[in-house]
Amino acid sequence: MDTRQSLKQWASGDFAHVPFALYSDPDIFDLEMERIFEGASWAYVGLAAEIPEPGDFRTTAIGNRSVIICRDRKGVVNGFVNRCSHKGVKLCREKSGNQKMFTCPYHRWNYDLQGNLRGVPFIRGVKKQGGMPADFDMQDHGLPKLQIAERNGVIFASMADKALPGLDDYLGESNLHYFDRVFDGRELQVLGYSRQLIPANWKLMFENIKDPYHASLLHVFLVTFGLFRADQKSGVKMDESGKHGLLISQKGEQKKSEHTTDMQNLRDDLRLSDPRLLDPVREFNDEATVVMQTVWPNLIVQQQSNTLALRQLLPRDSGSFELHWTFFGYADDDEVMTTRRLRQANLMSSAGLVSGDDSEVLKLTQDGVTVNRDDATVMLLGGTGTGDEDHMVTETAIRAFYKHYREVMQL
Amino acid sequence: MIANLALQHELETLYARYAEVLDDGPLSEWPLMFTEECMYKVVPRDNFDSGLPLAIVRCESRGMLEDRVRSVEETMMYEPRYLRHHITNIRVKDNSGEIVDAVANYSVIEVLLDELPKVLSVGRYLDKVVRSDDGQLRFAEKICVYDSVLVPNTIVYPL
Repeated sequence: MDTRQSLKQWASGDFAHVPFALYSDPDIFDLEMERIFEGASWAYVGLAAEIPEPGDFRTTAIGNRSVIICRDRKGVVNGFVNRCSHKGVKLCREKSGNQKMFTCPYHRWNYDLQGNLRGVPFIRGVKKQGGMPADFDMQDHGLPKLQIAERNGVIFASMADKALPGLDDYLGESNLHYFDRVFDGRELQVLGYSRQLIPANWKLMFENIKDPYHASLLHVFLVTFGLFRADQKSGVKMDESGKHGLLISQKGEQKKSEHTTDMQNLRDDLRLSDPRLLDPVREFNDEATVVMQTVWPNLIVQQQSNTLALRQLLPRDSGSFELHWTFFGYADDDEVMTTRRLRQANLMSSAGLVSGDDSEVLKLTQDGVTVNRDDATVMLLGGTGTGDEDHMVTETAIRAFYKHYREVMQL
Repeated sequence: MIANLALQHELETLYARYAEVLDDGPLSEWPLMFTEECMYKVVPRDNFDSGLPLAIVRCESRGMLEDRVRSVEETMMYEPRYLRHHITNIRVKDNSGEIVDAVANYSVIEVLLDELPKVLSVGRYLDKVVRSDDGQLRFAEKICVYDSVLVPNTIVYPL
């Protein structure tokens, strides 16, 4: 059965049975790049704290297309596609730096910090020979510009042609509330980066973070030390469209309860030799100790105890994506807090004691779905609905994601 | 000269043993190659070069090394794999005091059972080695700075 047939059999309004073909079909991937990543979405591209000075830039990607984000001489953040208008050369090779101009290495076409073409060598030829045609206008050959939006130091960009709603409307009430909870206007301090190439379809990463079901079952470490358990007070919240999601939970204890019999992996005998690894303190004005937020189409905001990170998804092809982690704290953190954040990063990184389970299981998922293209998921936990829930035994957030996905992809 | 040769030989043996413990086990002996108050970090090179403190593994004592081992052996889920460490260019940078500053290059080949071998990580060790009361050389500090900043999926076992 080819992908088109699988999609025909996908009943409209069904968000529980996602055809496996969607995770491996290259045509679907191309369509996702076009409709999702180049469509009407705000993609996370960096932090204002990473480009504080005029001329500061960083390169990243929206979907699989490289983009440059930079601050111009007036202090305004601009974004444009990282490819020369002349021959399509990837203009900027550095990850970050400071530039007055962006110059293509091939024929030295020059672009300013707003992406405007400012110089073409030999534009008028040499000794009246050659050169560009008289009607060649540099204004027509700038770098394709991105829309930019910034909220409390977090920068988003869009390739969409038409104007998008502001970030507050885009996120919706509950997602905005939790976004502002971490990004409350305080100056951010980047602690460092971790990057990994996960051999799985990018959607599986979002599903993983929208899936509270697995957290109690896969992550022995989380469960054992009470950081995330199905019997804790918790909730799942989405925006109206279903595209963004929140998993919110509270730390519990390391003891068995009537609900832990299904959690066969709960090891109440395990003890840390050095408990400094887990020494969380409350730092936000609510009871939640973990909030995992997924922002369509490429961002995960992680608050697990005191480890704060932005995880950016950079899809490469239908079978792999890069996951870029930016760990941060606040400029007013004291040394003790910074050390605590750095210690807790042991749980969540490309070598994470917890997140390692996820990157591994994502690969195993990809291994399974790629060769079983005719099958579909069975995501019926908590029913078939897509609304908010105040418990963790549900796949509602994943279904809500596919509700929006089907709409945008017109599938 | 003779003392330097002896130290070089001892270090070669130490690193060979280090690789052996990680690749062939028992993993429980890995923490014993460090001092009680050790520092072990695995740091992407871009963080290291720009002075950013984040390490993807950060163990501030032998106890934290033991916790990492316990996690690898008892709590983490991962595909079965073999690793092979290759440690070269071992050089003493400074041995004027009690602590020997040593550097070495490393590469680690990972073999998943259904796949061809691949380079999991390549980089260098920036180490501080001390002689414990029992006469053994141990790592008081080991900073693994990896050039391969895009990690192929997951680092499970220590580098």
